[in-house]
Amino acid sequence: MTPVPGGRALVRSHVVTGGRGTPSRNTLDHVTLITASREDVEGLEPETRRLVRLCLGGWLSVAEAAVHLGLPVSVTKVLVADLVDSGHVTATAPAAPAGAPSPQLLKDVLDGLRALL
Amino acid sequence: MGSALSSDPAYLPPTVRRAAKILVTGHFAVGKTTFVRTLSEIEPLRTEEVMTRAGELVDDLAGVEGKTTTTVAIDFGRRTLSDTLVLYLFGTPGQDRFVHLWEGFAHGALGALVLVDTRRLADSFDVVARLEDMALPYAVAVNHFDGAPRYPDDELRQALDLLPDTPLVTCDARDRPSSVRAVIGLVDHLLLHLPQEHP
Repeated sequence: MTPVPGGRALVRSHVVTGGRGTPSRNTLDHVTLITASREDVEGLEPETRRLVRLCLGGWLSVAEAAVHLGLPVSVTKVLVADLVDSGHVTATAPAAPAGAPSPQLLKDVLDGLRALL
Repeated sequence: MGSALSSDPAYLPPTVRRAAKILVTGHFAVGKTTFVRTLSEIEPLRTEEVMTRAGELVDDLAGVEGKTTTTVAIDFGRRTLSDTLVLYLFGTPGQDRFVHLWEGFAHGALGALVLVDTRRLADSFDVVARLEDMALPYAVAVNHFDGAPRYPDDELRQALDLLPDTPLVTCDARDRPSSVRAVIGLVDHLLLHLPQEHP
């Protein structure tokens, strides 16, 4: 955890997202898993194209995609939401939506952790 | 091709479709990143989170152009737990000025593990108190540093004002089995305190 004085200029973020700040869907969070569902990237903006190409390699979280693209998570969410809308990217539903996680999810996490010992 | 393609993005195993999130929190230099690194199967990654000067997490960029913003880096790691499930651990700063950022991260998280350093117990008071105020369940893990004082559990519980059923474990954030056991302590606690779906 390191505060970066000044940080990245938000002007750039706004260019990347075409000036929009709000994702077109609010179900995306840091650990939403995404992958590419279309290979054609014609007509897409450069950053969006990079995101699709990254997602062509397999599944990864929104947070990981942001790091690999060198973008803030907030910007990446806007881009991912657009790409889900356009059919380029598939996103999983949250495993633990707002409220309590399911007993099955917790049991599976517990089993997985115990297997590490 | 783009530089993002030439680096190894370390994709998930192809059958993984569920992601769980746990927050690892605590005061400055308590060992959050060490803990994440110990449990992670990948070299921890660092996100950029945009906040306003007031400490508000910017999840919606609309209207922030006129505000002074700051960027906070959050370290996180991941551990694949089964063919279908992956766990992400986010080292989330516990200081008061990050409270709004914290709330953003808490959304969808299973719970939080609070790391405590017995040499700086007072620095943990705010972190524990805030967790009490939030709806997110938590467990406390003393990250035992070499040469740090050891206290009986009941004294630590009293000092930190923990509820009787809040798990309190000791771990070494550099050691994988003991760090895994600390997370198990949290998840055990979560399973025991599930809200009744059919009252």
